[in-house]
Amino acid sequence: MTPGPARRLIPAYLVTGGRSRPAGPALDRLAVLVRTDEPVPDDAGTQARRLCELLEPGALTVVECAAHLDLPVSATVFLATDLAATGLLLTRPPIPSAGQIDRSLVERLLDGLRSLP
Amino acid sequence: MDSAPSPDRTGVGYLPAAARTLMKLVVTGPFGVGKTTLIRTLSEIATLHTEEAMTQSSTRVDSTAGLPDKTTTTVAIDFGRLTVPDDLVLYMFGTPGQERFLPLWEDIARGALGALVLVDTRRLADSFAVMDMVEEQGLPYAVAVNRFPDAPAHSDEVLRKHLDLDDTTPLVQCDARERRGSIDALIALAEHVLTRMPQPEDAS
Repeated sequence: MTPGPARRLIPAYLVTGGRSRPAGPALDRLAVLVRTDEPVPDDAGTQARRLCELLEPGALTVVECAAHLDLPVSATVFLATDLAATGLLLTRPPIPSAGQIDRSLVERLLDGLRSLP
Repeated sequence: MDSAPSPDRTGVGYLPAAARTLMKLVVTGPFGVGKTTLIRTLSEIATLHTEEAMTQSSTRVDSTAGLPDKTTTTVAIDFGRLTVPDDLVLYMFGTPGQERFLPLWEDIARGALGALVLVDTRRLADSFAVMDMVEEQGLPYAVAVNRFPDAPAHSDEVLRKHLDLDDTTPLVQCDARERRGSIDALIALAEHVLTRMPQPEDAS
């Protein structure tokens, strides 16, 4: 925890165009965003353009993008959902296939933690 | 525009190419207990934060009573990331343990592996409400005593008694500034999570 916001937040409605729900299933905070080769259209909004530029060199989660762009997580979900719908981004769930944490995952985590230097 | 920018020219820590599975845990506890310190110790990227809106339940709090109506309160949630060999990425979210943060807490804790509850021995009682909240959420947790240099040292046995810990709840003592002890706290939590999961033969 760090105290208070150091700067003004961009209101979510400016990013979402006044909509209250994204045009697709809600993305997890830890959904992975990957930029595709699709060129950014000339009429893309400022925040959409910033998100695409951030992801140009590599993949990040929704929450990391929100932090880097100083956007609310909810607004970042909106942006990413829209950009995925138009083919500019690919999204991947944090846990592949079943989507649940199971024993084998926790066992792998434990093995990995124990092997850390 | 440069034709070949270095990928990390801005200091953004992009995800490792091998990263396939992302998990999260909550690091919680009273204010000033060392949540961000522990995350900073373990994180492979510079600690980041998001500003999260505080909704209706913050209005009950006395300290905001003098503020005008409709003031939007935000709270900064610090987080970090630790890649565990070779393809698991663990996110750690520092989440305040007070009841008034409950809606935010639920949002961040959804799908989390568990919680690490940090405790300061000089303010043991501050941790009771936090542990109550984590238990209400049904999230498995381990208690990590952050040993401040000027704080009195107690045996695990004494701390367990004063914290009224269930026998099965792990208790570790660490210094949130030190990597080894902080990793051991994560290991204690992960072991505990595993014991609470159904055995393979029980699974259908």
